[in-house]
Amino acid sequence: MSQPDSAVADAQAGGGAPESLAALAERHGLRRAIARPTLPAYLRQLWTRRHFILTYATSRNVSKYSESALGQLWQVLTPLLNAAVYWLMFGVILGQSKNIDNYPAFLITGVMVFTFTQRTVISGAKSVSSNLSLIRALHFPRASLPLAYAVQELQQLGWSMGVLIVLVLVTGEPITWLWLLIPVTLALQLVFNVGASLFMARVGAFVRDTNQLLPFITRTWLYASGVFYSISERTEKLPDVLRWALEFNPAAAYIEFMRDLLIYQRFPERWAWITCIFWAIFALIVGFWYFWRAEERYGRG
Amino acid sequence: MAELTKELSHVAQEESQASPEVLGTPTVIVDNLHIVYKVYGAASDSQKGNAANALMRIVRRQGRPQMKEVHAVKGVSFVARHGEAIGIVGRNGSGKSTLLRAIAGLLPPHKGAVYTDGQPSLLGVNAALMKELTGERNIVLGCYAMGMSPTELREKYDEIVDFSGIGEFVQFPMSTYSSGMGARLRFAISSAKTHDVLLIDEALATGDREFKKRSQKRIKQMRESAGTVFLVAHNLDVIEDTCSRVIWLHKGKIKMDGDPSEVLAAYNKA
Repeated sequence: MSQPDSAVADAQAGGGAPESLAALAERHGLRRAIARPTLPAYLRQLWTRRHFILTYATSRNVSKYSESALGQLWQVLTPLLNAAVYWLMFGVILGQSKNIDNYPAFLITGVMVFTFTQRTVISGAKSVSSNLSLIRALHFPRASLPLAYAVQELQQLGWSMGVLIVLVLVTGEPITWLWLLIPVTLALQLVFNVGASLFMARVGAFVRDTNQLLPFITRTWLYASGVFYSISERTEKLPDVLRWALEFNPAAAYIEFMRDLLIYQRFPERWAWITCIFWAIFALIVGFWYFWRAEERYGRG
Repeated sequence: MAELTKELSHVAQEESQASPEVLGTPTVIVDNLHIVYKVYGAASDSQKGNAANALMRIVRRQGRPQMKEVHAVKGVSFVARHGEAIGIVGRNGSGKSTLLRAIAGLLPPHKGAVYTDGQPSLLGVNAALMKELTGERNIVLGCYAMGMSPTELREKYDEIVDFSGIGEFVQFPMSTYSSGMGARLRFAISSAKTHDVLLIDEALATGDREFKKRSQKRIKQMRESAGTVFLVAHNLDVIEDTCSRVIWLHKGKIKMDGDPSEVLAAYNKA
């Protein structure tokens, strides 16, 4: 016998007259197991999962360094060593520092701010594709994963910011009222990072070569973002359009904003505010929408 | 048509005990379900993935041979009702786990549909746990991963620790556990939540004899509180003891569906 017979028999036993399984399901108010929730419902689901997102992020951070002898100390050592390597390369060996005042602070601010975005985007791209077993075992809004990875990077940033602030003070910059704006720019950058990593999470889930390609893209981005050099100084003799294009780059915008606060001691220009806010809102809306559109398809590939 | 008569006689049996209305409302309806997996990295010997071969394939515009499609479930239909405990048997690779995941809504159907009442949940939290972390942290992580609230977690925490019976090991990383202890903790965590439709995939064959007894009791309790239970196990005794209906899957299709003793007898003969 073929199985639809058995199914029909079952349907008959339940309903009397023969009816299709879909009709039987509808009569009893059963719904398809796989259906994408509406956007507001999805946001509510995500909100109820906030404890999972936070715990997952913290757990990943704890387990990440559990095998090494120095343990959690690496959370501070990693940004310090990063700053030291870049300072040695670009400050001492290549001799950039002659043109820019307080080059160590300039460089380290750039590296820390850029690393925050870079790491969130790279880990976000892996967040779905490296958790397929979790996606195939449990039910939760999938955006929890890129969000948890972003929170994990935010926790790491806490340590980096501590290192950054100490180094900036050591290089002789004063503490000013402008420092109160640091959380504001970090919040804007975080929102941008979340959006970008949601976007990349979907790309990474379906385009399997993303993780191989991404380090090259982010490195190119690093060199274009004025981490090691001053964009305005380098583009002095070039057309204005090129300078605007470089300064409109979100990473460059967040870096310059932070340098204004920490090093130049000036209130960021209106243009910088607009760029930073625009990128945060734009990335969040586009990234979230794009990720949500494929919600029911994650875990299949 | 042998199976059909069996199916009908099974239904008739239930009806003789109770009127058709008390048969139970459908909780899960699987309608001509097809599941197709994409598998990466399944290259044959002649196409071993060295860089030169990969380049040649791109030049010749051939697809990636490493990517194969596996048609794991091929047109399965059945209706599960309130109060049923359905065992799923079949050889390795017959699509049992895939079917469970599809019912849980974790794998999208290639064709056909799964209709459910409420949210079916798979009893299995392993994927969320991290072996470098302590048992304590893993309990918290696992409970949140299953969607518990902090209040529920506080209520259940001690019960989970007691049930797992791992004692002070709860403060050690899970990587230091024996395989039995790990399995006990995982079962304790994943069975701490109540479910409408419960899907159990090979969770019973773990731990020592005493724990097995306790876990069977726990499964029974869960069956009573859940609407419908699906159980995949290679241990046929467990299925015979706990299930009221058995579905035999063979190569992604239902070979037989009906009373446990009859289906299991046929399955053992095959």
